[in-house]
Amino acid sequence: MKHALSVRIGPVGFRIGSDWRAPIEQLTDLYRDYPTAPIADYTVRLFASRAWRRWVRPSVTIGGDYMLPEAAPLPLSQGLLAAEMAMNLQLALGHRRHLLLHASVVERDGRALLMTGESGAGKSTLATLLAAHGWRFMGDEFALLDGETGQIHAFPRLISLKGTSVAAATSAWPDGRFGPLLAGTPKGDIRHLVPPVDAIARMDEPAIPALLLFPRHGFAADTREVPASEAFVRLTQASTNYVALGEAGFAALTGLVRAIPARAIDYPDGATAIRQVEELWART
Amino acid sequence: MTDASILVAALRDPQSLPLETDWTALIAMARAEQLLGTLAYRLDGLPVPEIVARLFDDARSSAEQGRRIALWEAEMARRTLTPLGCPVVLLKGTAYVAAGLSAGRGRSIGDLDILVPRASLDAVEAALLAAGWEWVKPDPYDDVYYRRWMHELPPLIHRERDRMIDVHHTILPPTARSSPDAAALIADAVPLGNGLSMLSPTDMIVHAATHLLADGDLSGGLRNLWDIHCLIDEFGTAGLDARARHHGLSPAVLRGGRQAHALFGTEIPASWRGWDPLDPWFQRRLLARDGWGRATRPATRFGFYVRSHWLRMPPAMLARHLWTKWRRS
Repeated sequence: MKHALSVRIGPVGFRIGSDWRAPIEQLTDLYRDYPTAPIADYTVRLFASRAWRRWVRPSVTIGGDYMLPEAAPLPLSQGLLAAEMAMNLQLALGHRRHLLLHASVVERDGRALLMTGESGAGKSTLATLLAAHGWRFMGDEFALLDGETGQIHAFPRLISLKGTSVAAATSAWPDGRFGPLLAGTPKGDIRHLVPPVDAIARMDEPAIPALLLFPRHGFAADTREVPASEAFVRLTQASTNYVALGEAGFAALTGLVRAIPARAIDYPDGATAIRQVEELWART
Repeated sequence: MTDASILVAALRDPQSLPLETDWTALIAMARAEQLLGTLAYRLDGLPVPEIVARLFDDARSSAEQGRRIALWEAEMARRTLTPLGCPVVLLKGTAYVAAGLSAGRGRSIGDLDILVPRASLDAVEAALLAAGWEWVKPDPYDDVYYRRWMHELPPLIHRERDRMIDVHHTILPPTARSSPDAAALIADAVPLGNGLSMLSPTDMIVHAATHLLADGDLSGGLRNLWDIHCLIDEFGTAGLDARARHHGLSPAVLRGGRQAHALFGTEIPASWRGWDPLDPWFQRRLLARDGWGRATRPATRFGFYVRSHWLRMPPAMLARHLWTKWRRS
C-alpha cells in the first residue's frame, strides 16, 4: 500500500498499510520507541471503500487479515483510532498462540497483576495510575497468557484513554507523550498515551501471574473474595479466543484461576484503589 | 503488479521458496485465500525464519482444532439423521478430514455440507429442526427461491453450537445447464463405517471441479483448486472423464484438471492439456490477490460474478431474480 509501517508490540508484529499519509505519520511518531517487525504476524489495512473516498469526505475502512463485515468506517481525522481498532481486531479474531484476556496488566518483581472488567470499570485508568507508582505497565487491552508456561506476555500498545480518564492520566503522567485528541468518536472522546519508557524497553520480559482483580469504579471501597469457579466463568467472557482454542484454552484458563487468588474490588477514586491494590498485593 | 503466484509456488514446491521470501506477503495472501493451515502443513519441517515457524505452529494447531470441530458437527448430524434410515453423504472439507485425505491436511472448514436423497429432504429438514437447527434467513422470497431453484435447503444454523449445515440434494442448481446424476452420486458413495458416507473418489473430484468451475464466482478459488490437486494426486484420473461425462460435467472437470496442472503441477493425461481461449482468464481470476491480501483485478472478478449468475439460471429468470433482489434491497 502507499503508506506503511511495521511495528512490534510485545510478541506480536504488525504491518500497517494505509491509503493516506496522516494515520501512518501519527503512528510512526507514537510508536517511535518500538522495534520494527521484520516479518509481521498480522497485516492491517486502512483503505477507502471507494477510490474517490480517498479525497472526498475521506473515510477509513478497517481491514486486514481478519475483518468484521459490519465494522463501520471512521472519518480520516480518526485514522489513528481506526488503526488501533484494526490491530486489536487482528488479535481478537486471529490470535491463537496465547489465550487472550481483556485485561490490563502491571508487574512488580516478575509477578503480574491482572485487572479485568467491563468497559468503564477502570482497568486502563488503574493500570496507568499503578504504572506511575512503581509498577511496570504491561498492557491495558489484552493479557496474553501462554498456556504452556503459564506466563503472561506484555502487549503494551498505546493506552487508549476515554472521557474523564484523560485528565486522570495527564495528572499522573505530566510528562507523558499523548496523541491528538480524537473528539466525537463512536467510543466518545479518545486520547492515546505512549506507555512509559520501561514498559516498552522491557516488553519482552514475561511475568508469572500472581493476582487477579475485578475492579469496579464509583462505589464505596470494598473487597470480596472471588472463587475460582466464578473467576473462570467471568474470564471465559473476557476472552476473545477461549472457544477457538478448544481444549488448550480450557487448560490454560483453569490453570490460571487455580494458581492465583481473585478479588473483586469496588473503589470510589484512584488514590483509594491504589491503597486497596497495594494492601491485597502485600498479602499475596 | 504482484499476484498469488508466490503462494501457488510455495504450495506446489515448498523447497523452491528462497530464504529472502516476502513472508509477510505470503502469509497475508494465504490467510486471504484460507490456505494458511494448508501452507503450514506443506512447509512443516523446512527451515523457515523463527517467527514464521511459530506462526505455522499456530496455524497447524488451529487447523487441528477446526478438524475436531468439523468431525464433531458431522457426528451431531449423524446422531440426528441416521435414525431416518436415509443415506447421508459428507461433502467437501468434512469428508476430506473424515476420510483422512491429503486435501484435508490443514484445510479450513466452514459449514457442514451433506448430500441426501431428494425424497428424504422433508424428513431430514424436520429432524434437524427438531434437534436444534434453525433457519439463518427467515425471508419468504429467499426461502421459496432456495426450495424451488437451488440444489440445497436454505442454510440452517445450530442454536447452541453456532455451526451451519448445508443440506444438498444434488451438486448443482436444477436451473444450471447440466444435471448431474444425483441418484448415482448417492448409490456409489463410499461408507465411512459409522452410518455416514462420502462420495466415490471420481465423484469427489467431479464435485470439487463443479463447485469451483460450474457454480459460483471463483471466490476462494485457490483453496478449491488445491482440493482438486490433492484429490487427483491421491486418486488419479482413471475413469474420471467418463464419470464426468455421465454427469454432464466434463468441461468443468477438464478445466479443473488443466488449471491444477498449470498452477500446481497436477498429473493429468496428456490429452487433457490443451488450453481453450478462456483458460487464461480463469488463471487470471484465480491469482487475483496481492501481497497485502487484497482482492485485485476488479474487472475480471466482476466478469466472473456475472458469469456465476449466468451459469445458474436462464436469462429471463435471472432478470426476474435480480429485479426482485434489487427492489427489496
